Amino acid sequence: MSARRPLPRWADIALLPAINLLMAFLVSGLVVLFVGENPLHAIQVIIYGAFGYGDGFGYTLYYATNFIFTGLAVAVAAHAGLFNIGGDGQAYVAGLGAIVVALALDQTHWLIAMPAAIIAAGAMGGFWAFVPGWLQAKRGSHVVITTIMFNFIAAALMVYMVNRVLKPATTMAPESATIAVDGRVPQLRQFLSFFGYSPVNLSIVVAIAALIGVYILIWHTKFGYAMRVLGANPTASRYAGISNSRMIMITMTISGALAGMVAINEVMGVQNRLVLDYVAGAGFVGIAVALMGRNHPIGIALAALLFGALYQGGQELQFVIPGITREMIVVIQALVILFTGAMEGLFRPSLERAFMLMGPEQKTEAIAVSTAKPES
Amino acid sequence: MNTQRSDTTVAAAPAAGWAIELEKINKRFGAVHANKDIDLRVQRGTIHGIVGENGAGKSTLMSILYGFYTADSGTIRVNGQVQEIADSRHALALGIGMVHQHFMLVDNFSVLENVVLGAEDSGFLKPSLTRARKELNRLEQEYDLEVDPDAIIEDVSVGQQQRVEILKALYRGAETLILDEPTGVLTPKEADDLFRVLETLRDQGKTVILITHKLREIMAITDNVSVMRQGQMVATVKTAETSPEQLAELMVGRRVLLRVDKSAANPGKTLLEVQNLVVADDMGITRVKDVSFAIRAGEIVGIAGVSGNGQTELLESITGMRDQKSGTVVLNGKPLALEGDDGAARARKAGLAHVPEDRQRMGLVTTFAEWENAILGYHDKPAYGSGPFLDIAAAKKAAADHVKLFDVRPANINLKSSLFSGGNQQKIVLAREMEQDPDVLVIGQPTRGVDIGAIEFIHNEIIKMRDEGKAILLVSVELDEIRSLADRILVMFDGVIVGEADPATATEGELGLMMAGINKETAPRGLGIAEQGPLP
Repeated sequence: MSARRPLPRWADIALLPAINLLMAFLVSGLVVLFVGENPLHAIQVIIYGAFGYGDGFGYTLYYATNFIFTGLAVAVAAHAGLFNIGGDGQAYVAGLGAIVVALALDQTHWLIAMPAAIIAAGAMGGFWAFVPGWLQAKRGSHVVITTIMFNFIAAALMVYMVNRVLKPATTMAPESATIAVDGRVPQLRQFLSFFGYSPVNLSIVVAIAALIGVYILIWHTKFGYAMRVLGANPTASRYAGISNSRMIMITMTISGALAGMVAINEVMGVQNRLVLDYVAGAGFVGIAVALMGRNHPIGIALAALLFGALYQGGQELQFVIPGITREMIVVIQALVILFTGAMEGLFRPSLERAFMLMGPEQKTEAIAVSTAKPES
Repeated sequence: MNTQRSDTTVAAAPAAGWAIELEKINKRFGAVHANKDIDLRVQRGTIHGIVGENGAGKSTLMSILYGFYTADSGTIRVNGQVQEIADSRHALALGIGMVHQHFMLVDNFSVLENVVLGAEDSGFLKPSLTRARKELNRLEQEYDLEVDPDAIIEDVSVGQQQRVEILKALYRGAETLILDEPTGVLTPKEADDLFRVLETLRDQGKTVILITHKLREIMAITDNVSVMRQGQMVATVKTAETSPEQLAELMVGRRVLLRVDKSAANPGKTLLEVQNLVVADDMGITRVKDVSFAIRAGEIVGIAGVSGNGQTELLESITGMRDQKSGTVVLNGKPLALEGDDGAARARKAGLAHVPEDRQRMGLVTTFAEWENAILGYHDKPAYGSGPFLDIAAAKKAAADHVKLFDVRPANINLKSSLFSGGNQQKIVLAREMEQDPDVLVIGQPTRGVDIGAIEFIHNEIIKMRDEGKAILLVSVELDEIRSLADRILVMFDGVIVGEADPATATEGELGLMMAGINKETAPRGLGIAEQGPLP
């Protein structure tokens, strides 16, 4: 019974997620085996489907774009000690800002419409997170509760807005008018034919900019410093004269604005109109992405790519192997989220023990402990 | 220097025999050799003190004896029999009981229920309680340990709670009692009572092992004392044949000044003025009741008092961490605007630095690197970056300066702050606050959990600040510390400043009575250490 020591950094950020992922795939493999299919073949299909050809890779990147935004949203809040699980609702409401601006400016040029829509979507997503932040800062209502409630409010609000306000009289489907071609975010396939018909678009550039921006914000600004003090020790931040209430409100707003960028990808880059439920759970995947990416932009980029690949590879899987249904894909995705997210710490203790035995100086000591006999 | 003196002075087997014998005990945690070939023999029916700095290995050794840890090698004999103590249940069965520094009691249970907890006879509680009540009465009478068995724990004083802990151990048949820093939370009077209890226990044939860092207690109560330093047992001596100076030297390994060397204060103009301050705690209970005082440049004002009498709330409100109900804090002639949750920032800007009582919870972000903590509270200053950006190089430069000036060890500014020892963490906080050249320095518990060697350094730095013409407000539960550092002592009891004393003339007994809220003219005199008068 000796004191446990933390893992070396590389093991914490690389080895542990890799083990978790491997476990998720192993269990998924068993499930695939159980329904009578070949797991190795399934893996092969997933990998090929996600990375093997231009269209598939494009889809992977398109999904990853969403997950980068929602993962960053969770990570920014997490650095300030806040658990924003309302990324879904924030991304959804942000669509209002995006569609209104896009429809208003779609006769100009995407270089005008896109930045304006980014601001509008960010403002709407930020507002949707600011309110729970304000409630926590001023009223003590926990953001975990309020942000999840705001997801439901967002869903109801959007159904109303789409059906009663945004839907043109000429359409039957619950969707807004379509954005004119000039107002849409350009597709990457317009520049690189490699991507075939996949919907990956310039929003991915925004996502990369957001990754860099968040990195600078958290580790190179005074605001980021204050945010991390608050997240690590709220008493110390009050001691340091940091206004915790103001920090909570601003951080939640930034977090919501980041989640809101999903609307740029979906509304202006893919659907070209506002449809119901376009977020499709990306907000929740963001939680797993941030957890797996250790709240660091590089980790988030990699984790987002992984989940993007799973989504795209999963789609491919149900086409290629008919025995694996849509529900099976969801099971596999759930297993990955379970192992990399919810049960993230499952293998930490045993890994820590293993490391204590592996270090050169620890090894001799471990041997000494196990061979020592009390003199009697 | 004769620091390698072994236990020759108490080597001969005593008539009563050894209660505990430890031989060549070794324990390593990773690269740290916490206990190195420790030999310790505790005579039955004595009070045996164990002293040593933080990290000397006292707690590890006792944890091995109580079954929390298993020694890597070595022999433990209890009453002459070789034993392998696997867990604390086993230790209890062998008659070894422990009273922890932080009590392990259920606050909303009665005394009786707490005593029985974990030692019930059967699934039904009633018969156990009836039997326990009888047994408890007997123990209370035999050892002079009066506690109302039906009182609820949260309603009784800290001293009483400690008695419950002792009763718990006795109820489980302890013959040897280990007490870990038992007086840290007690008033001088309560400490006296505790020592009387310990003496009774000894006279009835029990063995007591007392872990403490207060040399005065060792001198007052123990029969033998063992000194530990850096995982080794450096000496075991008869208390009657040693002195506090010698013990301090053995603990640190070099000569230590126990008394602070300082010149007379030379107070200038008033720098900090607190007027009619009223402060409530988080529960809304008023803890500071209309407190007023002033501190002048070049003087140290100490606030003495048993912890929990409003000192914490007083400090927190002066430094802008806690809203005040009414009153004003005037710094350098200007009232401070302290309301809002960023009041601390305005207090700092006005020239008020704050070394908080609880550095781990407040003064440091323990998960941050050392350099990140070197700018905590001052990160908004232009010196640490222009505009919104943080100038990491400037912050690291400041951190490196602090580490050098205050001799922080290890001198690695990239190391995580939690990995520094208590004394070095305190130096990190002190360096940060002192190097900003404040007018007023407010310090809470400057040496809590700090090694003797570092205490000397910290005290000298505080005196140096004073001599530079700063006003210093010092709050400490260590009466010795206040008496040796302060130029004036204010005694706080129940949220009120009940009196002022001159450290040069006031005895510990007088201060102790004031701290207990007892008017010194009418109160009976206490026994034991409270009467020992000025420091040795």
